[in-house]
Amino acid sequence: MFKTYDYPRFAYVQSAEQRDGAVKRHKVVIIGAGPIGLTAALDCAAHGIEAVVLDDNDTVSVGSRAVCYAKRPLEIWDRLGVGERMVDKGVSWNLGKVFFQDRLSYQFDLLPEEDNKMPAMINLQQYYLEEYMVEALGKQSQVDVRWKHKVIGLQQKNDHAVLSVETPDGVFAMEADWVLACDGANSGLRDMVGAKFTGQFFQDRFLIADVIMDAEYPTERWFWFDPTFHPNQSTLLHRQPDNVWRIDFQLGWDADAAEEKKPERIIARVREMLGDDRHFELEWASVYQFACRRIDNFRYGRVFFAGDAAHQVSPFGARGANTGVQDTDNLIWKLKLVLDGAAPERLVDTYNEERAFAADDNLLNSTRATDFISPKSASSRLYRDAVLELAEDCEFARPLVNSGRLSVPTPYVSSSLNTPDADVFAGKMAPGTNCADVPVTVDGKSGWLLNALGGGFTILTFGPAPAEVVTSGAVKARVVSVGRDIEDKCGVLAQRYDAKPGTTYLIRPDQHVAARWRQFDAAKIKQALTRALAS
Amino acid sequence: MDMNLNLKPNIAGPDDFYNWLIDSQRNMDERQAAMMNCKLVLLLANHIGDRAVIHEALRRAGGAI
Repeated sequence: MFKTYDYPRFAYVQSAEQRDGAVKRHKVVIIGAGPIGLTAALDCAAHGIEAVVLDDNDTVSVGSRAVCYAKRPLEIWDRLGVGERMVDKGVSWNLGKVFFQDRLSYQFDLLPEEDNKMPAMINLQQYYLEEYMVEALGKQSQVDVRWKHKVIGLQQKNDHAVLSVETPDGVFAMEADWVLACDGANSGLRDMVGAKFTGQFFQDRFLIADVIMDAEYPTERWFWFDPTFHPNQSTLLHRQPDNVWRIDFQLGWDADAAEEKKPERIIARVREMLGDDRHFELEWASVYQFACRRIDNFRYGRVFFAGDAAHQVSPFGARGANTGVQDTDNLIWKLKLVLDGAAPERLVDTYNEERAFAADDNLLNSTRATDFISPKSASSRLYRDAVLELAEDCEFARPLVNSGRLSVPTPYVSSSLNTPDADVFAGKMAPGTNCADVPVTVDGKSGWLLNALGGGFTILTFGPAPAEVVTSGAVKARVVSVGRDIEDKCGVLAQRYDAKPGTTYLIRPDQHVAARWRQFDAAKIKQALTRALAS
Repeated sequence: MDMNLNLKPNIAGPDDFYNWLIDSQRNMDERQAAMMNCKLVLLLANHIGDRAVIHEALRRAGGAI
């Protein structure tokens, strides 16, 4: 059916607990083996949490679906051991061009900051991303992935949840200390807990078509407003691996989805756009509408929500999967500490505090892009067109053009886990911010800061200065000393972290800054560590 | 709120200014004139730059802000 991709079929295996009829208590049950559920599963394996993933299907994403992956999720996947493979297969791009009617309105460079291991953005079909993660999960034993397991019921107890799970062998019950619902925008779990999922629903329909062709177009993001080949609507062209090109057509409010899905109709549209007789084949197409909305709380009793199950955004800006991965990056280390009794249960409530804040930031950006691309009134359309016309000659108008603000992490600037700065710092690495990557030298070999930080609490100190391990209860923050454990040969580390001799950072397991000082002070670090544990 | 928006006469030759404004759209249809007005707002707002002034002007003009 697909010319460029063979779908794997994952075997359904009846679990021992279903066969034996003995109800088993699990630490964590993850529902949904999409990009978010699989990332959560890899993170559980990395933290040594016993977990089970349930998915109602037995293959990866049908269709390319989410294709743009940003630097921060790639860094998270690199921590989990799958990032490099995604970058190797993916197509990296930096240049975006915006056209109005048939003229170039302006172009932008994502300007990837030098000295980062991961690129600013890659394009990769969602099925590859999922396939790589399923493969990586096959190489460990902490997490069990079960296909053809559909959750049909949920009961909340005081200290666990009971799931009713349907398989080809019937229905059985599973108990879980914690449930992580990564079951997408139409989340069944969300209905089962009675959560509210509110926001704005958009009437506009969009067609996405994947086309196979040998084309000499550069690897750039091209976005047209109101082109002559598709009047009054927008179009987006993007390259994916395997000579597959993603074309996204805005169809308007009154489009007939059934009619627009017909291959002959799509082929005619693409032919008109390409404007010549070049050969291409249609690989996959889908017509969709979208909403910008979020769940009222990311935690309901023993159930957490992540990814599209918790927040749905417009596709402009690649803020869906990219944000979802940052949800589980935020949650899993907290869950590990609570499961181990090393932190109070209220630590996991900061998941809602931090990720609802990030979701609101994403929703705001996503809604604004949608208002620009799909104006709601004649006068907002006029302003939009005025901006696009002015952008060609007037620099001031270019930042107003919004064809999607590409996904960047939202710093947790006001998180209760942060210890606010008492010393003066310049630069971006304020408490709540994800750590910038930097090339460093480890054991005489070139490496990267984020790889050296790893996945626990870390004290990053800039020597020469005394530094020692700091503990709070059962949690230990190890020391990475610059000059001793890692070397900053090019000086970028000191520059990016505004470091002077003695500067000390406390970094969380999700590689976010918890606190920083100009001097190493064990008592202050202990206090900040305790605060970062919600203790 | 600070009143940063100048509501005193500030343009020399007010009759000339008003005449420019009207005259500049003499040969335009409704859509062209509306487009020009949009561009004018964008150009002038950027020139002012001060968000407090722009905000106050939006409110003074009857905007729902």
